[in-house]
Amino acid sequence: MPALCRDCLARFDDAPPRGRCPTCRSPRLIAHPELFDLSVAHMDCDAFYASVEKHDRPELADRPVIIGGGRRGVVSTACYIARIRGVRSAMPMFRALALCPEAVVLKPRMDRYAEVSSQVRAMMEALTPAVEPLSLDEAFLDLSGTARLHRAPPAVLLAGLVRRMEAELGISGSIGLSHNKFLAKLASDLDKPRGFSVIGRAETLDFLAPRPVRLIWGVGEAGQEALERAGIRTFADLRRWSPEDLARRFGQMGERLHRLARGEDDRPVRPREMPKSISNETTFHEDTAERDLLEGHLWRLSEKCADRAKAKGLAGRTVTLRLKRADFRLITRRTTLSEPTQIADRIWRIARDLLDQARDPGPFRLIGVGISDLCGADAADRSGDLLDPQAARRAGAERAADAIRARFGPDAIVKGRSLR
Amino acid sequence: MKLSIERAALLKAVGQAQSVVERRNTIPILANVLIEAEGEGVSLRATDLDIEVVDRAPARVERPGATTVSAVTLHEIVRKLPDGALVQLSDDGAAGRLTVQAGRSTFHLATLPKEDFPVMASSEYATNFTVPAPVLRRLFDKSKFAISNEETRYYLNGVYMHVARGEGGPVLRCVATDGHRLARIDADLPAGAEAMPGVIVPRKTVGELRKLLEDDEAQIAVSVSETKVRFATPGITLTSKVIDGTFPDYSRVIPTANPRRLEVDAAEFARAVDRVATVSSERSRAVKMKLDEDRLVLSVNAPDTGAAEEELAVAYSDDVLEIGFNAKYLLEIASQVDRENAVFLFNSSGDPTLMREGNDTSAVYVVMPMRV
Repeated sequence: MPALCRDCLARFDDAPPRGRCPTCRSPRLIAHPELFDLSVAHMDCDAFYASVEKHDRPELADRPVIIGGGRRGVVSTACYIARIRGVRSAMPMFRALALCPEAVVLKPRMDRYAEVSSQVRAMMEALTPAVEPLSLDEAFLDLSGTARLHRAPPAVLLAGLVRRMEAELGISGSIGLSHNKFLAKLASDLDKPRGFSVIGRAETLDFLAPRPVRLIWGVGEAGQEALERAGIRTFADLRRWSPEDLARRFGQMGERLHRLARGEDDRPVRPREMPKSISNETTFHEDTAERDLLEGHLWRLSEKCADRAKAKGLAGRTVTLRLKRADFRLITRRTTLSEPTQIADRIWRIARDLLDQARDPGPFRLIGVGISDLCGADAADRSGDLLDPQAARRAGAERAADAIRARFGPDAIVKGRSLR
Repeated sequence: MKLSIERAALLKAVGQAQSVVERRNTIPILANVLIEAEGEGVSLRATDLDIEVVDRAPARVERPGATTVSAVTLHEIVRKLPDGALVQLSDDGAAGRLTVQAGRSTFHLATLPKEDFPVMASSEYATNFTVPAPVLRRLFDKSKFAISNEETRYYLNGVYMHVARGEGGPVLRCVATDGHRLARIDADLPAGAEAMPGVIVPRKTVGELRKLLEDDEAQIAVSVSETKVRFATPGITLTSKVIDGTFPDYSRVIPTANPRRLEVDAAEFARAVDRVATVSSERSRAVKMKLDEDRLVLSVNAPDTGAAEEELAVAYSDDVLEIGFNAKYLLEIASQVDRENAVFLFNSSGDPTLMREGNDTSAVYVVMPMRV
């Protein structure tokens, strides 16, 4: 049976005896008949936020760490030490602290996680262009056809990927390797943390048969109940149904269930496409018509919008203002610029002009700003404005303020108008 | 109403009318052209409520009268009629139909009552003067490319026509800008224009006006008030509201002391810019100009698609300068030059650059550089 050492990446045609790698003595061997034939994978980081924090603050390495929002919030991520004590994601913080009073509770630092996430993504994209991120800490990879390029089958590349993540970023991940996305995702969850699980074609049906149908993505509590009422609890139960009966009982979902029951899933791994627009909006506590207040909101929204665009390296050529009047009627005004922008100050000024153009005194219950017709940031904000010579200086000041915030935190410097 | 008219004359008149008519119209009467037959001719009138055009053509009027029909349909019909045809228009009033007849073709078009047609209120024009067509043509042709499309800066969506003080005395001046480039074109001030109020002539009006200016011999009667402008030839009268806004003080954005002078053959320059810009797939293509001792190197570097470089022999004797521009803007201003060499005056890579034809200051262009 083909095998692979996850520590030294040595490959074997036949699994070595006594379950240890003859080269490096590691016990972390993985053996599977189809190991070198499968190419669709799911990579899931282990306790991602907590791992990043532990890497950034080594003194926390041996302590239980919980990432979450304050005493009244919920657990977003718990490290494996805290998990041993029973702490779980989405658990109210007070309960988590009752289980594990000595836990270090940290507020999430999403910017930092996004930064590490993009480093992980870069490592994955070095292996294949077919990387489909599901969130900051997990992604599908399709490594079909890359073996010749990398001179190694996907399994070796994946073991190398998690090894590199541990060495360079200090975070571990679990790999699920199979022949489609559905099974790859199930596999990555089998052996966490630092796992590597394989579901081959031959064993697909047997593997699924005893497992509960709630593993199917999209089957929530309600769906589970509906299935249970039909006497379907496991994949084996599901497989006994004809596709016609499933369709009759569950509608559109029926066909999908029928195929997933057999471990069939032909969704391709799709690299995420560029977003179409970036927008932010806010609903007021009370309807307002006050210009000063509206402009203050516009500024904060423009800034958020610009921050997101800058983080993604994007810029927009169209600026849109959305207003919802007290009577719920929606007003949309947009304008196309001669040059794309990602500068909050420009977005704000244009949004303000659009607010003038709307010629509606309000009151409004919602205001929103967005940019669309997106393109790369390198084409943005390159030419100055003859009629507004200060614009270039304001843009320069904004970039400088961005640099300060990147170094000293988001509140290190704010504009007075954001306090309105 | 009953009249007959030559196809060519009718086609010209109805062509002008239908171009004023707004394509997407919610008010039916605005899609129509008002046909008025009287005396020795017929007049066709169309409006979008901001612009009104009246075109007069000689016709044999058998029975005076007036009606309105769809401008686009009438135009299509006349366009498809054979050359040299004599067209007869007649309406019976009662049935609400206009009959168009030429040769063996007969058309019946639905009409709307002439009373419903919104005729633009006549106003008092404080200033009236006459300009030869080629002069107006130059003023608007050389400035209109710089008109802004940004609706939020509506006061830039037209050409600012006003009286200004030029180097040799008062001039009739047209200025347009979109914030990235600016065109300032001067002409001798016509007699009677001295007290003209400055007006912003909307983009669409500029387009319609152009059709009045083809004939080199024509004299255009211009009338200006605070809110309206009128251009008239013996056959056509174009009346337009002007943009209700304040044109920004452009004089402070025109650099006056840029020290570095480049002189280059405009056509050669434009062709080179066009060639190097080919490799860039971006919508706003940036071209880098590197200037050094009688040498200009144009280059484009687009990481995704490629790079290009071209060298031109030029007259330049100042310090080495590297400056980037939007290729489209460079092409547009270079194509305004038709007699002499293009002269560029630079300050630094971040400051506005001035371009003119030789030493002629009656047409100057300012273009903002781009980071490259």
